[in-house]
Amino acid sequence: MSFEVFRDVAKPILTGFGITAKRIFQMREKSATIQYPEERREQFTRTRWRHVLTRYDSGLERCIGCSLCAGACPARCIFVEAAENTDEDRRSPGERYAARYEINMLRCIFCGYCQEACPTGAIVLRKDFELSNYEREDFIYTKEMLLEPIRD
Amino acid sequence: MPKRIETVVFHDSSTPVIGGIEKAGVVVVAPLESILNQARANALWPLTFGLACCAIEMMSTVAARFDLARFGSEAFRATPRQADVMIIAGRLSKKMAPVLRQIYDQMPEPKWVISMGACASSGGVYNNYAIVQGADQVVPVDVYVPGCPPSPDALIYAVMKLQQKIKHRKFGKLIELKPRSLDEESA
Repeated sequence: MSFEVFRDVAKPILTGFGITAKRIFQMREKSATIQYPEERREQFTRTRWRHVLTRYDSGLERCIGCSLCAGACPARCIFVEAAENTDEDRRSPGERYAARYEINMLRCIFCGYCQEACPTGAIVLRKDFELSNYEREDFIYTKEMLLEPIRD
Repeated sequence: MPKRIETVVFHDSSTPVIGGIEKAGVVVVAPLESILNQARANALWPLTFGLACCAIEMMSTVAARFDLARFGSEAFRATPRQADVMIIAGRLSKKMAPVLRQIYDQMPEPKWVISMGACASSGGVYNNYAIVQGADQVVPVDVYVPGCPPSPDALIYAVMKLQQKIKHRKFGKLIELKPRSLDEESA
């Protein structure tokens, strides 16, 4: 075997396999695979997944039913129907609240424009990504499903 | 890989219970239905049907970081004759719809369909003349995955949901029962 053959063929191959062998011993300590259902990867800080309608600390809803989120939505997947607040039945601090708030999760592209458009910070996109389901009807998320429970 | 095998029915009350599973010598008794369902659910070979950007996430699901092979689905087949589940990844144009239907018809029974992403499931932002508004207008869809695109873990969750559906499949029934959710299963 001449020197040229060693330099041009054998040496690069050996170098390449050397890197492979090194990685094998490194991966024994820390596998690259995330064992998903058992362990979860840390989501990025700005990950946008499932929507949540938040509340104030007093328990009142933040949403005032202004439909700006529906206007900003590029997929037209949000439907808002507003109703007037009365002194007896007060849901939000403003004049109106959302009587119906529905999101079609199949249409939604999780762009976060609704979150940007919201003047009161009512709708936020959290990190729950497990949204798959069997039936098409299950993807119309109603206000009851989206609204945050009252914290004690 | 830690315990991904579900309990098969074992028959012997006198034998000791090891890890929740009763060992009954060498004889294992289980309904044929259950064995077939286990086999089908744990070796789902997907058909590559990447139509758009969702396909990138689908490829990422098979790669080392998420590793769909842990669920027996690593063998992506380019021919419908060898595939069990079709993952429609991306927007389905009206021109592509007959092709999709033909490839679905070429798959052998039993077959399943995962509709991946907003565009395949409902049309997403493309509410126009060129895009089919939901792949279920062309083929029956078993599991829908929202997201634009769904992350690899979201797709793995959908595969787990599909496995759950297959495991609860009853033979000889025309109407399939709605499977229990994964949360109830683990509880």
